[in-house]
Amino acid sequence: MLILECPYCGVKAEETELTPGYEAHLKRFGPGSSDEDFENYMFARKNPKGVHFERWRHAYGCGKWFLAARCTATLEVFGTYPAQTSEPPAEIVAKIKAKRPDWKGYK
Amino acid sequence: MSSRLAKGGRLIDRTTACEFSFNGKRLKGYKGDTLAAALLANDQMLVGRSFKYHRPRGIVGSGAEEPNALVNMGTGGRFEPNQRTTTTELFDGLTSTSQNHWPSLEFDIGVVNNYAARFLPAGFYYKTFIHPRFAWKHVFEPIVRQSAGLGQVPKERDADRYEQAYAFCDLLIVGGGIAGLQAALTAAKAGKRIWLVEQTAHWGGRAVVDGVEIEGQPAEVWVNATLAALSKMENVTIRNRCMAAGSYDHGYVLADEKVADHTPGDGRPRHRLWRIRAGQIVTATGAIERPLSFAGNDIPGVMLAGAVRDYVINFGVAPGDRTVVVTNNDDAYRTAIALKEAGLEVPVILDARANLTGELPAKARAMGIRVEAGKGIAKVKGGKRVTSVAICAQAGQGAVLEEISCDAVAMSGGWSPVVHLWSHCGGKLNWDTAKAHFAPDPARPPLNHDGSALVVTAGSASGHLLADEVLADATRAVGGEGAPSAKVPHEAPIEAVWVMPQGAPVELRAKMWLDYQNDVKVSDVQLAAREGYTSVEHTKRYTTLGMATDQGKLSNINGLAILADSLSTAIPQVGTTTFRPPYTPVTIGALAGEARGEIFQPLRRTPVYDWHMAQNAYMEPVGLWRRPYCYPRAGETHEQAVHREVLNTRTNVGLLDASTLGKIIVKGPDAGKFLDMLYTNVMSNLGIGKCRYGLMCNEQGFLSDDGVVARIDEDTWLCHTTSGGADRIHAWMEDWLQCEWWDWQVYTANVTEQYAQFAVVGPKARKLLEKLGGMDVSKETLPFMQWADGVLGGFRVRAYRISFSGELSYEIAVPASEGRAFWDALVAAGAEFGLMPYGTEGLHIMRAEKGFIMIGDETDGTVIPQDLNLGWAISKKKADYLGKRGQERPYLASPDRWKLVGLETLDGSVIQDGAYAPAPGFNANGQRNTQGRVTSTYYSPTLKRGIAMGLVKGGLSRIGEVIEMTKLDGSTQQVRICDPVFYDKEGEKQNV
Repeated sequence: MLILECPYCGVKAEETELTPGYEAHLKRFGPGSSDEDFENYMFARKNPKGVHFERWRHAYGCGKWFLAARCTATLEVFGTYPAQTSEPPAEIVAKIKAKRPDWKGYK
Repeated sequence: MSSRLAKGGRLIDRTTACEFSFNGKRLKGYKGDTLAAALLANDQMLVGRSFKYHRPRGIVGSGAEEPNALVNMGTGGRFEPNQRTTTTELFDGLTSTSQNHWPSLEFDIGVVNNYAARFLPAGFYYKTFIHPRFAWKHVFEPIVRQSAGLGQVPKERDADRYEQAYAFCDLLIVGGGIAGLQAALTAAKAGKRIWLVEQTAHWGGRAVVDGVEIEGQPAEVWVNATLAALSKMENVTIRNRCMAAGSYDHGYVLADEKVADHTPGDGRPRHRLWRIRAGQIVTATGAIERPLSFAGNDIPGVMLAGAVRDYVINFGVAPGDRTVVVTNNDDAYRTAIALKEAGLEVPVILDARANLTGELPAKARAMGIRVEAGKGIAKVKGGKRVTSVAICAQAGQGAVLEEISCDAVAMSGGWSPVVHLWSHCGGKLNWDTAKAHFAPDPARPPLNHDGSALVVTAGSASGHLLADEVLADATRAVGGEGAPSAKVPHEAPIEAVWVMPQGAPVELRAKMWLDYQNDVKVSDVQLAAREGYTSVEHTKRYTTLGMATDQGKLSNINGLAILADSLSTAIPQVGTTTFRPPYTPVTIGALAGEARGEIFQPLRRTPVYDWHMAQNAYMEPVGLWRRPYCYPRAGETHEQAVHREVLNTRTNVGLLDASTLGKIIVKGPDAGKFLDMLYTNVMSNLGIGKCRYGLMCNEQGFLSDDGVVARIDEDTWLCHTTSGGADRIHAWMEDWLQCEWWDWQVYTANVTEQYAQFAVVGPKARKLLEKLGGMDVSKETLPFMQWADGVLGGFRVRAYRISFSGELSYEIAVPASEGRAFWDALVAAGAEFGLMPYGTEGLHIMRAEKGFIMIGDETDGTVIPQDLNLGWAISKKKADYLGKRGQERPYLASPDRWKLVGLETLDGSVIQDGAYAPAPGFNANGQRNTQGRVTSTYYSPTLKRGIAMGLVKGGLSRIGEVIEMTKLDGSTQQVRICDPVFYDKEGEKQNV
């Protein structure tokens, strides 16, 4: 069971306190969007063995959604950050690049 | 024969006898015995039958690795199958029976499989049960079910209780041998919070058995002193009988503490499951000895060499009078020496190695034991017990040189580190050619959240098998310096032996057991390789090597070595199967803990719950809530009660506890904008004091929830959701507000439990409220689809004029704390109007009579509002709402979609739940085509006939058409498609 630090309340929360929200940094495509964009938004999800950005909610804590960057293979956590952003913070990106030189980026 | 020695046994108390039974035989042992030791002391070597061939099986090991000696323990509520006798502590009154035999252990009919063994090769199941297809269900499966399987399923409720507890530490040390103790002491002195767990009742591991000297004294002295020192330290928690079952992400470890297995019924919980979160895990889990693969190595009396000396030294039990020792390493000589020192005969030590240079062989020879180098066992003879061994040259093909009579064989194929906890969470292994085992690769450990090593190994678990190296490694593992000294004899290197003799022909290989529990032999793995199995994981599943309760603790390495040899590749290229928790089986009771019976899950009760129970209401679960289904009176069936409740509501007045209805406040300057995105229709223009029905969809456009929204003030809306949907919808709102529209100024609060809410329903509802008095509830002041705050009968209320039944209806909310009092006031005042409470079934029937949909009945996650003729509740003007883009997908506009209709049988009977409407022809899978299904079906007491709603291809365009619908007996009945509103289509009754 993972431990992720909630960036709002600072609690190092165990997975039982959290609910998963799958892939982070998705862009919503609404009315007027192309079939391809909508399909990707709705259904195309990354499933990497490696660095992944995820949404988590501190559901049985402060109730806030936050984002986490972690390695799905080693379970290393590179950082957690508030959900009110469209891209990961620079320091987390830098940390990942330092540890995973082959990483292709979050998009 | 096996027997109790006149003296010795460091763990037993000869002054305290324990009576126990095995297959009804009354036997005696001593306090401190394991059940296996006590059985051996009573010459009960035969303890079970094997899984496939039903061959006689004896005790092989002395600990968690035991594959054979599994028994049914206890009776009735304390019956448990598959208990390892080698880890079961003896207690007075213990009852046990052997498993997997019929009719008896001594005479087993299933042993006929043994003689048919050549017809039951690897993959037998896959090869045999394919054709004819019908035979699987009617012939093969019943037979396989009868003859396969270990143990029996307990039939009674578990008489014991189990508990779970949490623990946190800097360092969890698993294993109470000298490595674990040294690591614990070193780390504890450095000030770390330590947990030290040991799976057995005793400390010291192998060192105390093997005659190790630490700091110039017997290991036991050092072990006791270290344990005493640790016990005094406040930062150390020590638990024995506590097995670390699995290691998981970020230092989470499950450990099963067997609190009262050895004192059943003493009032303590039987097991305590620890959920430990450790900063780092040190595995000091030791090593497990491997069997050697020679013909007849499964005959009772053939045991692991280390286990043989455990029984002699720990329990004063001799597994045999004459024990042949066979080995490829020096360690097994300790067994020969221990046997000799106990006064037992060791006719010969067979060592597969040609040159013997170690101190232990020299000592054995000096004691007068015959030692044969370069020799092995061609064949063990005997049926239910070893009678002799045939000796051969290891280098040859098994030509018998000599036959030696004996009643036990102590074998050692070398030692494999216990790597399970290391591997559970991703630690990698290296093959150590010199030591012939897989050991953890310190460069590739499982990682913690920060990328540091989550697990480190100490002692034999690292691959260090000698006591001095063990203590040094354990000290280093926790960053310490200065290990205590240990004196150990020099040991010469092991030589890997995977088959004995090396050139054994197939007759011998077909009698060399790799996996005793599953009857997998050397020849089976070789056959699998010939048939093309190259992956060790596939070979495991095909041959069943390493499956079942022992998970291949003895067989895995030997098996994959055979596979590697058959494939002409190196062992590391074949690799191991995946190690998965638990290390040894954990009883389901411990995993369930206290979550059983009444407290299996939380129960949500409305403020009126006690009243419902006092009325003998028949309750049904709605999510975690319990709601009255109906209130049966004396002599009434549930159906009769439901019909009475419906009719009374339609003619007088009914009262429904609707407190479970979801209530979410949405407030803020952008609340209207937000709700316009959430609902398919417009909520921002709803007038203050007014109510509006709304639909919520997911982004694919499928209907997710519905309910009535009330505008409270300029900034505030109150959203009603379904009873089961409140938490989900609140989370859904928060998701969008926090993650997508985080700059919108909106606040939500789930106030579902803050209010009790009751529906007062029926033609006399207004009269009842007027009698209570305090606010104007007239049509003019409080018309349909409006709400008002006020007072009724002295209670502060909010009254909504909304209706889910089609009747004149008020839903009245009061603070939850006043709910019961207000309910009582309604019941008292309602008596003169014929008020009766009604339950959820009455609610469902009345909404179905009105053609109102129910989320979860008419919807299933693939239904859009348009399918339910709810297009009127979808805004055409809004540029966007959640689900709008999804609903624009062309296939959702297809005229072939199944749409909501009413359904009625031609004879007035009730359509069966789950009925489908068949269509002509068959689909690609050969299944009958369908054109619709029923979604809600009831007997309407109001109309005195069956009514139903369903989704049918073409929908309302087919009104009047008669179609067929299925019945459970396989026949069909004729059903007419009709309008789904069966009652008061104009809505005159609710709008009064």
